Amino acid sequence: MIVDINFVGLIVASIMASAVPLILASCGELITERSGVLNLGVEGMMIIGAISGFALMTVTGSLIIAVFGAMLAGVLISTIFAFLTQTLITNHVATGLALTIFGIGISAMIGKNFVGIPGKEFPVLFEGLKDTIPLLSPILFGHSIVFYFAFALPFITSYFLKKTKIGLIVRAVGDSPEAASNQGINVRFVRYACILYGGAMCGLAGAYLSMIYTPQWIENMTGGRGWIALALVVFSTWNPIKILIGAIIFGGLTIIQFHMQAIGVRIPVQFLTALPYIVTIIVLVVISRDSRKIRLSTPSSLGKSFHKDN
Amino acid sequence: MIKIVKRDQPSKAIFFFTPVLAIFLTLIAGGIIFYILGFKPFEALKFFFIVPIADKYGFSELLLKATPLCLIAIGLSFCFKSNNWNIGAEGQLTFGAIVSGGVALLFYDQEGFYILPIVILAGAIGGMIYASIPAILKTYFNTNEILVSLMLVYVSKLILDYLVVGPWSNPEGFNFPETRQFSDSARLPLLFEGLRIHAGIFLALAAVVISWFVFYKTYLGFQMKVSGFSLKTAKYAGYKGKKMIILVFLISGACAGLAGVGEITGPIGQLHREVSPDYGFTAIIVAFLGRLHPVGIIFASLVVAITYLGAETAQIFMQIPKYTGQVFQGMILFFLLASDYLLFFKFKFIGSKK
Repeated sequence: MIVDINFVGLIVASIMASAVPLILASCGELITERSGVLNLGVEGMMIIGAISGFALMTVTGSLIIAVFGAMLAGVLISTIFAFLTQTLITNHVATGLALTIFGIGISAMIGKNFVGIPGKEFPVLFEGLKDTIPLLSPILFGHSIVFYFAFALPFITSYFLKKTKIGLIVRAVGDSPEAASNQGINVRFVRYACILYGGAMCGLAGAYLSMIYTPQWIENMTGGRGWIALALVVFSTWNPIKILIGAIIFGGLTIIQFHMQAIGVRIPVQFLTALPYIVTIIVLVVISRDSRKIRLSTPSSLGKSFHKDN
Repeated sequence: MIKIVKRDQPSKAIFFFTPVLAIFLTLIAGGIIFYILGFKPFEALKFFFIVPIADKYGFSELLLKATPLCLIAIGLSFCFKSNNWNIGAEGQLTFGAIVSGGVALLFYDQEGFYILPIVILAGAIGGMIYASIPAILKTYFNTNEILVSLMLVYVSKLILDYLVVGPWSNPEGFNFPETRQFSDSARLPLLFEGLRIHAGIFLALAAVVISWFVFYKTYLGFQMKVSGFSLKTAKYAGYKGKKMIILVFLISGACAGLAGVGEITGPIGQLHREVSPDYGFTAIIVAFLGRLHPVGIIFASLVVAITYLGAETAQIFMQIPKYTGQVFQGMILFFLLASDYLLFFKFKFIGSKK
């Protein structure tokens, strides 16, 4: 059997493309969690980003406005979460759930008028180089700018956390808010910033789905990706580079499932669709079994409110 | 100048007052949203919250929707009280519906008084089996129950989809994704001629009474309360933490499973793709709004059930998208959590004596 080498390249590229929203959302959430805040609203922020991006693109016709607008929408919706959890000291889990329910509802409400409208073509970079190198060309060239940004993001995030002063402050706030506060760091301000940044990345992840990956608006189109992104953060043991690996595995599961259906493998479609969720559970079990490792890598104050009496 | 000070003790009066405040604020915010969308706010709110329950049919529908919400929320309150974040009740409901539906299909051409109890029991067991997965993984493998229980929701819906499209689909059903109709003996009896409200409401009421008894009259209830306040204290007191985690998950799984039974043997009468309009998720809001208190949950389930009906009515009469219901549900929870601030803090005018 002769396998076209470029076909293999195309499959790898499609796996990477389906990993993009997971990488973006996970890297955003990772920063939020590193500052000690557990935001379960990822799914809600992503779907808000998806509809905002698509709606702005349709209304204004400008892709740039749409992409930045989607990020801004993610920031705005996460501001609600930040205000509640940081200023009003509410429970992180419950507030995050409310954010997801609210986000899904409001996106469907806004999106009512955008169902069935075709999307726009998103420009790709390096298209001319597409046929130069066998196998590698389809992987490396001819993708949107968001695609390249997503694959750079884990490295940027890692550098930010390990090598920059602000990264150190974020980690300090997450690991010991009391100590950080005593050092004169404004814990609440840092956490606000990290939550809003997470919102921006989730908004971008959503915009990628509705504008580039499947350029149209479908209700509930995030389809649980936000929750998988949350699981990926645990999977990575809060290490951005490992998010890349995890996202590729999950992207791979999604794509392989399509191809297995296409070749006519005799496994029920529903089982293949359920595969990413089942694998997530198995992976979580394997990772969490080592409770010592989890304890060492989890930000110590994750999910706990911090209130400075004044 | 106004200063914010911490209360010495959370205020009990405010504890029960804030849910009412949250509902009130939600109505105001809802009116504003309607206005932005170009509807007349008062008219929209009327269609949303008053018109749907103005007649006896509407009231029956309200109880019909409140029943599963109340049942699931009661189960969830066991989990939430003891600091276990089971957010996969929707999956436990679906799996309960699958198991009880499967049993009901075995008896599809039979009649007999014994069928309904078996079907109901099967649903509770189904829900318990499904809830035991996150519970066991949490206790023995230290796995995050939030993510596991949520992933299982998607899995359960896909299992249901596979069954109603494939092996369980009605052989005479022209390939519609649904099973045969259950026999009348597997259906929960209707309470009134011409209304859809069925005997499932008694399951919910029984759950309310039992949970009240367990919470306030048993040692288990006390243990749950202590673990909810502080896991460390519970550990020092020598409570068997693992056993309790599994127990509360099983209780909440059983309740969600029963809610699933109520849906398929009550209004639906067969299995098809959508056995629940996200009752499992909405019940989380109901549990919080009811302050994890059995009586509070009854009221909360009625309030939240209106958002389901209101969304349908408003869609028909004013072309308001039906997702507005979800927006209202999210807002109720936001406002409730926000108003909790008043529990722990109070506003003080500077200069006045403490």
